[in-house]
Amino acid sequence: MLKKALAGIGAGVLLLSLAACGSDDSGQGGSGGSGDEGLLIGFAQVGAESAWRTANSDSVQAAAEAAGHELKFVDGQQDQEKQITAVRDFIAQQVDVIVLAPVVETGWTDVLEEADAAGIPVVLADRGVDAADEDLYVTRLGSDFAEEGRKAGAWAAETFADTGAAVLELEGTVGSAPANDRASGFREAADEAGLEYEVLETQSGDFTAEGGKSVMETFIEKYDVKNDVDLLYAHNDEMGLGAIQALEENGIVPGVDVQIIIVDGSKAGFEAGVAGKLNYIVECNPAFGEQLMEVVESVDAGDEQEKFTPVEEGVFGPDDFEAELPNRQF
Amino acid sequence: MSALLDRSKSAARAAWAHQYFRRLIWPLGVLLVLIVVNIAVTGFDFIIPSVHDGRLGGAFVNILRRSAPLLLIALGMTLVIATKGIDLSVGAVYAIGAAIACQWIIGRDQMSLGVVFVAVAIAIAVAAAIGAWNGLMVANFGIQPIVATLILMIAGRGIAQLITGGQIPSVSDETPFVELGRGAVLTIPVPIIIAGVVLAALALLTRTTALGMLLESVGGNPEASRLAGIRSKSITVLVYLVCGLCAGLAGLIGAANLGSADANNGGLWIELDAILAVVIGGTALLGGRFFLLGTTIGVAIIGTLEVTIINIGLSSQWQFTAKAIVVLVVALLQSPEFRAWVAKPLRGKRPGGAPSAKAESTGEEALVK
Repeated sequence: MLKKALAGIGAGVLLLSLAACGSDDSGQGGSGGSGDEGLLIGFAQVGAESAWRTANSDSVQAAAEAAGHELKFVDGQQDQEKQITAVRDFIAQQVDVIVLAPVVETGWTDVLEEADAAGIPVVLADRGVDAADEDLYVTRLGSDFAEEGRKAGAWAAETFADTGAAVLELEGTVGSAPANDRASGFREAADEAGLEYEVLETQSGDFTAEGGKSVMETFIEKYDVKNDVDLLYAHNDEMGLGAIQALEENGIVPGVDVQIIIVDGSKAGFEAGVAGKLNYIVECNPAFGEQLMEVVESVDAGDEQEKFTPVEEGVFGPDDFEAELPNRQF
Repeated sequence: MSALLDRSKSAARAAWAHQYFRRLIWPLGVLLVLIVVNIAVTGFDFIIPSVHDGRLGGAFVNILRRSAPLLLIALGMTLVIATKGIDLSVGAVYAIGAAIACQWIIGRDQMSLGVVFVAVAIAIAVAAAIGAWNGLMVANFGIQPIVATLILMIAGRGIAQLITGGQIPSVSDETPFVELGRGAVLTIPVPIIIAGVVLAALALLTRTTALGMLLESVGGNPEASRLAGIRSKSITVLVYLVCGLCAGLAGLIGAANLGSADANNGGLWIELDAILAVVIGGTALLGGRFFLLGTTIGVAIIGTLEVTIINIGLSSQWQFTAKAIVVLVVALLQSPEFRAWVAKPLRGKRPGGAPSAKAESTGEEALVK
């Protein structure tokens, strides 16, 4: 009984404070739209499940502060319920723009319709939602995984143009969008450039170092990697770094006996690059805070938007590793 | 008089050994089939060990080395299951053990043996404490094992993330810590030695002392055991403690192998593989009789299977399906009813066939119970 009463009081206080926030912020938001004061932005982040994600959150928060916007940041802890609640709070607070990094693709229709009815534009960050809800958000800013694959394929085509290439591929989690698109993009670009190549084997390392290492060990037993394999294409850093360990433990020199491409570009990846253990890094950039702010400002100004805005992502060869390493944030 | 006792004792032991090894025939057969398939595809190199850099290698030895963490966890799980329990938190404990060790080492002198020793000791102590906590919840508060350990299965990875600050801490490749996962003593890989020692210790403890019998008794009927004067609560706590300790040790080996601790992915779903290995090895989830050697074979089957899929060139999508098929085959082979059903048409009109199968089945059921 006491507990219930306490909970009631707690909820009441919370509601009051929310209402207070709402009235405060609506005033601010109104002036923000017309004057040069910053916008009020609500950001429902997925969680803090990886170093990539943490870097992403930091980037968005820093960029919002630099641009003079007020950012309401909610960590969804990888729970859709929490994210939905957060978006509803943003609507109640009448923020200018809602940024959502949806933890899953489905189940957003209701809450997005509520935002739409309240006249608050929604921008998706990183991940997408069901195609059926396409009209309910303005644009999605995120990585173009297929483009990342194409960049890797283009480099392979250039590097092995004369010799052709025997390729081993460590793919990400089976069925995940980055795994599918990074695989197909690679082949697309390599085919287009007319590279003579053979993917000897594609196996999933589940995006983990453990998976990458154990699959690579089996590859090493199955193939004469030193002589018969030219290129290892790993869909992310972790798997690539695990594979590098497996190569080294078996007396094969990574980056020399077999060339290596990884996607992601974490600090650890660049360090391996500086040590000469890999040859090419395709960036999957979490630091899109500034770009996100530009998109949000343009959305708030009512500009026409493409449905998908790719994040600006670079590629780095052996000559760039050392210079780029200090810029890495995760 | 004593000679007579001895004789009946040794006869009982022989009968027991006979029963025990009959249990192992089917999983052993499946493992052999997998090995033969691999040899057919990749040649005898698969099974013949080679020495590389002073460490025993070759496909099969590598499988055993990589399976060491799973074996440790599955052994702990076997004991827990023998008490009619289950421990879902082992994957999370794995991650916590790995996180503690790596985080402790990177903040200090990485080359110092003392630092590594302390890191390992703290990680193992915490893992054992978590296990004991699970045991207390089950034994003293009567919470169902699946619920009690589910709590830490969910919360544990969060704890590991708090320890690592959401990052993946990497230790230096030169620290002695990595030897736990990559090193070798007299060419035998350290993970295999650790797992082997734990297997031998648990086998000795449970088979040469009364502990094994008490365990099976607690699993078979905790109330009756208590009334018979067995302190079933302490035994339950002890068993969960050992299971947590094994999981922490597995996490250390995994972290040492990679030189890093991934709070999110380290040992992810390893609890399911461990349960699978226990079941393949012939231990019933109902509690009671347990088979440490069977579990070991189960682990070898799972490890070999993953390599087999790559060796015969199946895509990763097959991984789960293949695992399911193998488990199905082993489970069916172990079922006396199924064997009798298959054998029936083969035996034709011979009247002795079915009843003898029946007798066998009741015999094995008694064994299980």
